[in-house]
Amino acid sequence: MTFVLSMNGIRKSFGATIALAGVDLNAAAGEVLALVGENGAGKSTLMKTLSGAYKADAGEMFLEGRPYHPANPHAARHAGVCMIYQELSLAPHLSVEENILLGIEPRRFGVMDWKTVRKRAADALAELGHKDIDPRAITGSLSIARQQMVEIARAIASGCKVLVLDEPTSSLAAKDIERLFHLIRTLKDRGCAVIYISHILEEVREIGERVTVLRDGKSVGGGATSDLSDSEIVKLMAGRDVEELYPRTHRQRSEPVMSLENLSGKTLPRDASLVLHRGEVFGIAGLIGSGRTELLRAIFGLDPVVAGTIKVEQISGPASPAVRWNQAVGMVSEDRKREGLALNLSIEDNLVLSQLRGLGPPGFVLPRKVRRTAREWIQKSRVKCRETGDSINTLSGGNQQKVAIARLLHHDCDVLLLDEPTRGIDVGAKAEIYRTIDDLARQGKAVLMVSSYLPELLGVCDRIAVMSRGRLGPAHPVGEVDELSLMTEATKTS
Amino acid sequence: MKENVSQIVKKLGPIFGLLAVVILFSALRPATFATLDNLQIILLQTAVVGTAALGMTFVIISGGIDLSVGSVVALSTVTTATLLARGWPPLAAALGAIVAGLLVGLFIGTMVTKAGLTPFITTLGLWGAVRGMAKGLANEQTVIAPDTWLNGLLTSLPEDKKWMLFPPGIWILLVLAVIMACVLRYAIWGRHVFAVGSNELTARLCGISITRTKLGIYLLGSGMAATAGILQFSYLTVGDPTTGTGMELDVIAAVVIGGASLAGGEGSILGSLIGALIMTSVANGCTKMEFPNWAQEIVTGGIIITAVLIDRFRRKGIS
Repeated sequence: MTFVLSMNGIRKSFGATIALAGVDLNAAAGEVLALVGENGAGKSTLMKTLSGAYKADAGEMFLEGRPYHPANPHAARHAGVCMIYQELSLAPHLSVEENILLGIEPRRFGVMDWKTVRKRAADALAELGHKDIDPRAITGSLSIARQQMVEIARAIASGCKVLVLDEPTSSLAAKDIERLFHLIRTLKDRGCAVIYISHILEEVREIGERVTVLRDGKSVGGGATSDLSDSEIVKLMAGRDVEELYPRTHRQRSEPVMSLENLSGKTLPRDASLVLHRGEVFGIAGLIGSGRTELLRAIFGLDPVVAGTIKVEQISGPASPAVRWNQAVGMVSEDRKREGLALNLSIEDNLVLSQLRGLGPPGFVLPRKVRRTAREWIQKSRVKCRETGDSINTLSGGNQQKVAIARLLHHDCDVLLLDEPTRGIDVGAKAEIYRTIDDLARQGKAVLMVSSYLPELLGVCDRIAVMSRGRLGPAHPVGEVDELSLMTEATKTS
Repeated sequence: MKENVSQIVKKLGPIFGLLAVVILFSALRPATFATLDNLQIILLQTAVVGTAALGMTFVIISGGIDLSVGSVVALSTVTTATLLARGWPPLAAALGAIVAGLLVGLFIGTMVTKAGLTPFITTLGLWGAVRGMAKGLANEQTVIAPDTWLNGLLTSLPEDKKWMLFPPGIWILLVLAVIMACVLRYAIWGRHVFAVGSNELTARLCGISITRTKLGIYLLGSGMAATAGILQFSYLTVGDPTTGTGMELDVIAAVVIGGASLAGGEGSILGSLIGALIMTSVANGCTKMEFPNWAQEIVTGGIIITAVLIDRFRRKGIS
């Protein structure tokens, strides 16, 4: 088979973090190659290297047999490599046709040749079978699914040979997914190589002919989709057996520590009720946007509570992060970089930030005590770092997340609200965080954990409830559910 | 190791800058620049901007900005002079000026935390409004005040007081600087200032009250500006509603030269003081070189840009 695109031995690191440690990937014209891997496996970095947003430290790339080293995304697009990211990169205030030809505007005598713009935009939309999209419409007024079509039309208009779609279905409804798949097949028939990034195996099976698996920045295997079973792919992705990844010691569920009654936020959640006990890990599954994060934020006093009550140790009252910390309730944010950590502060400052009392005379902190305390937690949480005084930015994502969790340990929290605690980190760090969660539950702490990754919830939690459209379903003991039943409950329409 | 070196460079960078400036002018004008008397003059010239820079350091570390400093200095000189003229004792007059400054800070803090205005817009408004208040209070004239010990804060010491080493105004600056440096480094509130400036969302997540922290910061900022105004009054010996025009920019420049980041989360009291010293040394040196005013202004502007450029390269070096 001749490949239109070959990537050989691609390496890339950011400071101490090795994002890609030698990736090989080949794609032929007219095929859909599925690229799978867990969060943090290096999929996005690899694709950013392909599209010229990053420059690889080592390795080579060939496009149609010729060496290919794009200096920037514009050069990549010019060479025929287009990316559709999860966050669409359209200018919302411009019209559809302007967006389709953005950056490659035809000119006559130095001014925009509007006639050609219209024609080429209309051609591209027609080719996709989407004549129903008005080329003059303001892009921001279209639905997300349609905006995605516009972005794919842009790729067609620039004559793309390799199209990369990064988790394109994450914000689409079922009907739109069908249309997208139809469109991908159209592109394939035109001779375009499509690289489809996803971690949803059903999608990979439906649309992909071959699959390449990434783990910890390396390509670890793959082959024809029809030759691989789901469990083979999962094992390639996780790199180890599931039992080894998720420790589960004997836990003793005891008295309730926090209860929610008909909790409603401004829009999400709606009427959520649950009782959290000491000594258990309670998981919340659901689609992105179903209100899981909003539920945790409402509990923690970060978002307003409109109706319902939250009782912590039988005490209800106004909620704010300060009140919650005082009640020994702690939270890890889903967005480590934007909210979870102050990236230009040191590791030790980030670790002790919620609890500075006790680190010096009243009202004061002594750097010496901060350092000693931080060192202790760094060691217990197995954070790999040189000095606790270094900027937290020097750590890898997994180690940063361990610090974010260590903050709750330092605070000696009884209730831990963890929002996507393992998002975007490597498998080794994940395993250590699972062990920490298990330890906490065994010590009689209560953990309420939100995750989009079902195997993790099934592996770590004692009980799981599904959130759907802001409503929290009943709590199921983990033995009574599996991925399919949780997914069905999460996507049910009523 | 790389980070450690760069941390040392970051801490010492402003000191090297100051040394370079001093050595340069000492070599060029050994007879007039490198004298003890001139050193004292430089310190006296630094006192006002330096005192205001102490407060501005907190404001900038928290990610904010205060453009009303020059106007608060003017208001403070006028308030002090007016109260003295009405027969208030000097200490009470000075405290009155500080209260006026604190009221301005309270207004900024309330607007920023409760009304959600940006510090830039709020203090840009006050830059004009407070200047106007100073002019109104002074009837658009300088306010003559009776001679009191306040006038002696920033004049060279008489023979019988040489044991004090520096005029009292310098001591006020140094004592305040030590207190502020300790607050910033060792007080829980000081750590909160850094956290708020580095990432406000993280600070909120960690249970830090953003409102209380910022209110304190702007009270401190304007309070220090008012204190600087008392020193300025001592220097002028009258209340002058037009004094301190553009001083906010000198103060901000001093803090930034001293290593603070306008994006917040970084800065130090020592750095800001050295930044202020660099600014006055350059101005003083240029005068000794008999540069015309316009040339001085170009040199000062060049130094601000160079300092920030060096800082940028240092950052790029570690990331």
